[in-house]
Amino acid sequence: MVAVQEHTLSVWKNQINPKVQIAGSGPPVVFLHGAYGLTWDPFLDALAEHFAVYAPEHPGTTLGDPDGIKSLDTVWDLVLYYDELFAQLGLQNPAVIGHSFGGMVAAEIAANYPQRVGKLVLVSPIGLWRDDIPVKNWMILPLEEVVKAAFSDQNGPLAQQMLSVPENEQAAQDAQIRVTWALACTGKFIWPIPDKGLTKRIHRIVSPTLIVWGSEDKLVPPAYAHEFGSRIAGSRIEMVEQAAHLPQLEQLQRVSGLIQDFLQS
Amino acid sequence: MKVSMFHLMPYRDLPDDFEQRYHSVWVDPPWTELGDAEKVGQYYNWTLDELTHAAKAGMDGVCVNEHHQNAYGFMPNPNLMGSIMARATNGMDVAVVQMGSTLPTTNPPTRVAEEYGMLDTISGGRLVAGMPLGTAMDATLCAGITPIEQRERYYEAHDLILKAWTAQDIFAWNGKYYQLPMVNVWPRPIQQPHPPVWVPGLGSLSTWEFAARHNHCYCFLSYYGPKAGKGVMDGFWQFIDERGIEPNPFRAGFLQLVAVAESDAKAEALYEKHMQYFYTKSLHIPPEFFFPPGHQDYRSLENNVRKGIFKSYFDKLDDIPHWKFRDFVDEGFVIAGGPSTVSDLLTDAIRKLRVGNLMVLLHIGSMPHELTLKNIDMFTREVMPRIHDTWDDEWENHWWPEKLRAKRQTTLAAL
Repeated sequence: MVAVQEHTLSVWKNQINPKVQIAGSGPPVVFLHGAYGLTWDPFLDALAEHFAVYAPEHPGTTLGDPDGIKSLDTVWDLVLYYDELFAQLGLQNPAVIGHSFGGMVAAEIAANYPQRVGKLVLVSPIGLWRDDIPVKNWMILPLEEVVKAAFSDQNGPLAQQMLSVPENEQAAQDAQIRVTWALACTGKFIWPIPDKGLTKRIHRIVSPTLIVWGSEDKLVPPAYAHEFGSRIAGSRIEMVEQAAHLPQLEQLQRVSGLIQDFLQS
Repeated sequence: MKVSMFHLMPYRDLPDDFEQRYHSVWVDPPWTELGDAEKVGQYYNWTLDELTHAAKAGMDGVCVNEHHQNAYGFMPNPNLMGSIMARATNGMDVAVVQMGSTLPTTNPPTRVAEEYGMLDTISGGRLVAGMPLGTAMDATLCAGITPIEQRERYYEAHDLILKAWTAQDIFAWNGKYYQLPMVNVWPRPIQQPHPPVWVPGLGSLSTWEFAARHNHCYCFLSYYGPKAGKGVMDGFWQFIDERGIEPNPFRAGFLQLVAVAESDAKAEALYEKHMQYFYTKSLHIPPEFFFPPGHQDYRSLENNVRKGIFKSYFDKLDDIPHWKFRDFVDEGFVIAGGPSTVSDLLTDAIRKLRVGNLMVLLHIGSMPHELTLKNIDMFTREVMPRIHDTWDDEWENHWWPEKLRAKRQTTLAAL
């Protein structure tokens, strides 16, 4: 395991103070997390063996900075914010990996600022919409339903971990507040339908792009892989079996291997 | 004190197994399976007749509200109902209490200023202007408002409406959510500087602060009676006290379900099934619809999670399907029984909660029209006279239309 350092930045005229977790060395890779908040996990560990990984928390989701979300209103604000954050971290055009909500943000950065993103990896991203296969609105689903849709192995340790409640009452409350507020802040950019115009801009992406999807994803159906793939020139789709919405954790070795090869090629 | 009849206009004929068969009474109960437009037309007309009957029977006010996509209470525009009530009660000393147009979902909010202007002019200055934030179901799910923005939108809409009613000159509104180049509302209300404003809430600190800052009446709209409401109202009065604000009971409103018959036993026989219908069917709402993340601001979220407020609330609801008449009355959810029982319980509640503006829900769930009329008659004839003088010799109701403050309708008891 690599040592993970935590830095707190001040961005957007010091109105947003996100925590950024940094580990490893090598070419820089930014990881943008999903709607439930950032957790440093084995996937990031594996990545940090080969790259310098920067994992920022989305605005407002950092403990102690709940009002950070107030100074951004739209997806465009969020893209400009990440431009500033990249500059502060001294990153010119890093590789960007985005998962789920973070995938939408990564795609938006790459579409708005094509020169800002060296390589792009989208893991089960949201951001496009088809009426016949709606993306599930996880903000109004009971946790048990989210787990059913998000994991291939619903009785496996990963699913159980998401359902588990800390025994210590204070820790359980902290976790509930943290997750609820992470959903609230990320929800600001996706409610009520996570289609905020990416479809108009996505053709502007010029970064080499890898799209990774779990074949059993019931939150964002795998058919969306082709919606993204067909709109991003030269992109490649990897459909991962025995995985749902978190293929990077359910099939850790396979997905981290795929991503490592793609980023090093 | 002032007593208004509140009506939700619910669907009265949901199937017996509704709560087993359907996910929710709100947002996604399928109209195509459950709704009968002919029946609904009858409900709207009954509702209007019941409110008109209440006005004639001596009630101080008649009260409607706004909700969407549900069988719980569906007046999507309360001002359509309010305009009929304004017209039907002309010449009577009755307030038209709109509880009311949901601010964040009415676009642009000057529409509320205009429609309330119409109601105040049609009624000759008898409007109470309720300004609800709206439930999460209505605002975020039915109207698509982003949860974390709902309250901000509400504040902006409120400020815009108040300015539209009171500014001397035409103005431009360059807001975050609303941009209007020339605000010049026609008509403005008769009441000056504006009709009394009531703010419904569920006990959140930010709503107390808001109501206090603007000197509006805070209304706790709960279906869980004075026992459960005591904690919230104590908190409210403590908040008022700490800020050195006059503890006038009329700056607070409270909603209570009430069912009156000739005796306690008669009340049980007449009303039990309608109470059960209301609490198990009309309120069949999954918790995740109530609080989508962001609907509560961070501080309220923290406060509620730390105090276990969500948990105790939803734990309580789990038992309700087994409740009998006695349980509803003992818990105070419904104040029901013969006239003395109801008068005593209500007097006690009004005193303990320190509430000057009482709203009574006299139509409950599946209650048929004739029984509702009976409940209204029993309440206005037997109960109103016993509670009506509360607070009046001590405080003035600044939150009631000025021309009606000193007025008292002739109740049936005096006829």
